[in-house]
Amino acid sequence: MASEIDVIPALTTRRDEAQGWLEGIVSKGLGWARKYSLFQYPFVTACCGMEYMTVASARYDLDRFGAALPRFSPRQADLLMVVGTVNCKQAPILQRVYEQMAEPKWVIAFGVCASSGGFYDNYATVQGIDRIVPVDVYIPGCPPRPEQVLDGIILLQKKIQDQQHKLIAPSLPVIGQAPGRP
Amino acid sequence: MAKAVIDALVARFPDAVYDPYVGVGGDDCAFVQRDRIDEVARFLKTDPAMRFDLAPYITAVDYLGQDPRFEVVYNLLSLANNVRIRLRVKVPEADPVVKSVTPVWRGADWFERYCFDMYGLRFTGHPDLRRLFMYDEFVGHPLRKDYPLRGRQPLVPEREVHDLFRGPGPATRD
Amino acid sequence: MATDGKVAGKDTRATPGSFGAGEARRGLATEPPRPPPVRAPESELDAPLSSKRMIVNLGPSHPAMHGVTRAVVELDGEMIVEMKLDIGFLHRGFEKSCENVTWTQVFPYTDRLNYVSSIMNNVGFALAVEKLCRLDVPERAKYLRVATSEIHRICDHLTLIAAMGMELGAMTVFLYCIEARDHLWDRLAELCGARLTSNYARIGGVARDAPDGWVEKTVRSLERTRELLDEVDGLLTRNRIFMDRTIGTGPVTREDAIDLGFTGPCLRASGVPYDIRKAAPYLVYDRLDFDVPVGSNGDNFDRYLMRVEECRQSMRILEQCWKQMEPGEIVVADFKYALPPKPLVYGTIEGVMAHFKLIMEGIKVPAGEAYSYTEAANGELGFYVVSDGGGRPYKLGLRAPGWPMLAALPHMTKGYLLSDLVPTFDSINMIGGEVEQ
Repeated sequence: MASEIDVIPALTTRRDEAQGWLEGIVSKGLGWARKYSLFQYPFVTACCGMEYMTVASARYDLDRFGAALPRFSPRQADLLMVVGTVNCKQAPILQRVYEQMAEPKWVIAFGVCASSGGFYDNYATVQGIDRIVPVDVYIPGCPPRPEQVLDGIILLQKKIQDQQHKLIAPSLPVIGQAPGRP
Repeated sequence: MAKAVIDALVARFPDAVYDPYVGVGGDDCAFVQRDRIDEVARFLKTDPAMRFDLAPYITAVDYLGQDPRFEVVYNLLSLANNVRIRLRVKVPEADPVVKSVTPVWRGADWFERYCFDMYGLRFTGHPDLRRLFMYDEFVGHPLRKDYPLRGRQPLVPEREVHDLFRGPGPATRD
Repeated sequence: MATDGKVAGKDTRATPGSFGAGEARRGLATEPPRPPPVRAPESELDAPLSSKRMIVNLGPSHPAMHGVTRAVVELDGEMIVEMKLDIGFLHRGFEKSCENVTWTQVFPYTDRLNYVSSIMNNVGFALAVEKLCRLDVPERAKYLRVATSEIHRICDHLTLIAAMGMELGAMTVFLYCIEARDHLWDRLAELCGARLTSNYARIGGVARDAPDGWVEKTVRSLERTRELLDEVDGLLTRNRIFMDRTIGTGPVTREDAIDLGFTGPCLRASGVPYDIRKAAPYLVYDRLDFDVPVGSNGDNFDRYLMRVEECRQSMRILEQCWKQMEPGEIVVADFKYALPPKPLVYGTIEGVMAHFKLIMEGIKVPAGEAYSYTEAANGELGFYVVSDGGGRPYKLGLRAPGWPMLAALPHMTKGYLLSDLVPTFDSINMIGGEVEQ
């Protein structure tokens, strides 16, 4: 539910608070559970993949954040980490992988090529994957230092915690719907 | 030693190999007619004195404004004799066809596909001449000098994003 | 592996205590490479049921972190009958981008070609342009280029060993090699500013000099790397599982390797002792003493052993570099090619003008064409440079070392099992950035 779940509003009336108290507790609990058990789909393409390998390894450990296990099937993953340049030939594949993932799902644009196309402003490269899929966290850098990546993961975890989670999701977007929906 | 190779080539194919010269840094080069390049290649590979058996590095250059416009460049290496030469084949724009050297070296296969994909040069005798890097729906040959640098042809319709660098507008504005 | 190390029926080459240590050598590892079989059954009753061939798409989003390649394999049971490769999913328009920037601005683009050993790409391109400009680089710059290239060669080989171990199930090897690589990257970050994409060479020399104490720290990092490499060697080289999966799989004969255009460790694994550092020495390789390992079978195990041994030889080269390197200039003193030092830029008119022209218009390289070839970690890295006399390249062609090996992958795996595709794809070290430019 990248960028589509409403954030819990900052100002509420007492009536809203009374109605939403249990929902708020459930939302906080679900947020806590979801942020500390991220199953990532590493959509690795280019040089940032080397830094991804380093982040997943022993020194800068991604396992500390609960995000260690890569799941190479989109159905089993909830975090799509797009690592490296996505070019026009790869774009339909990225879109298909994103659509195959089940809700809730988040997207991290890892590296400057995934965030905005990097310095490859030419005929072959998509200028940022947010032209194809909605993105939650952008991690710039060419390639970003592992500490920067961990900072991005922590930002994402904060975002997940603050989103509104429900036990029964109201109306889910339909897979296969025309892309480009807001 | 490479000079001897070029001299032998010119002696053997006087009408196909012309204009030998010594390039920068001592590289020995020569020009070859585009319909005789496969004979020259076969001679270079099979002759026991030449033995240029390693598949060469083949690339193409677009000299826009000159005629003939394209040039296919073969950088050959003989492992046994440790000799390198360069052969250049001029290709006109009106008829961008060259004989393929894939029957001689199997490793030349993808290099020729690359030249076709990026420049539009056709190689007769190539077993499987199709695009290598670009997708089949792509129109045009990107490395030609008259193809725009930013000539993107997206495969999927792109979302509308708030782009500070390019300003507001439709997704296909560049 | 010619010798048969059996002593009293036990295989001395297996890891002690393992399954293989207590029994005779199993046939699988001593058989010659299997020819692509169309198995004729002995009798009709024993013939397998006729089955349909299955086409499986190993799609561009790979579980193995190797870059994006689509391999469409046609399987008969588990055996690969036909394989087609579809590439282009990482084509970033390197050549066209380079035609639109100045000569010095090309260096970051070359970094991202073979992104595990960036400095070798930088040096290769710098050598091509210096050939056209007829420049000779100062001695210290040459030694720094060689030293950093060898450090990145070690990083490249460590990455390959890590990936190969991980995909065959040895996760520990992956973690150890990445740890060793991290140590070297820390040293390079102190020198170049970036861990991975170094942007270190310049036309006429290198970008910056080694900081104080850097050489001593690097010597200690290399000792740690050597320890980790020895540990990994002990874990993998005589490991029964590793040996069974890599010996005899993906073999390439000597003639095939030459015909298909292999260079580098893959060619040497097939038995051809060709190394550009020995055959056509560039920079200071003629003053350094090192050996070039050559294999015999051309299968995955030999390609792996090449890399381990080349790491050790690179460490030998580095020890000699530290001894032979003298303090001195790191870039040519010609302001037409190198930025003048800052006191001159701020103090003299000539310095300001030279600086301005170099930054705004770029280095004016004389018109012509040149091809420079270096021994990158993967093979012969060639840059074919065409200049029209201006500040931007007219054409920059790249001969990627991994390209012929990738093109030959169907030839290497036809007739073998699908699970043999994994170590074969690992051992050719296909780096997406250089193959797809």
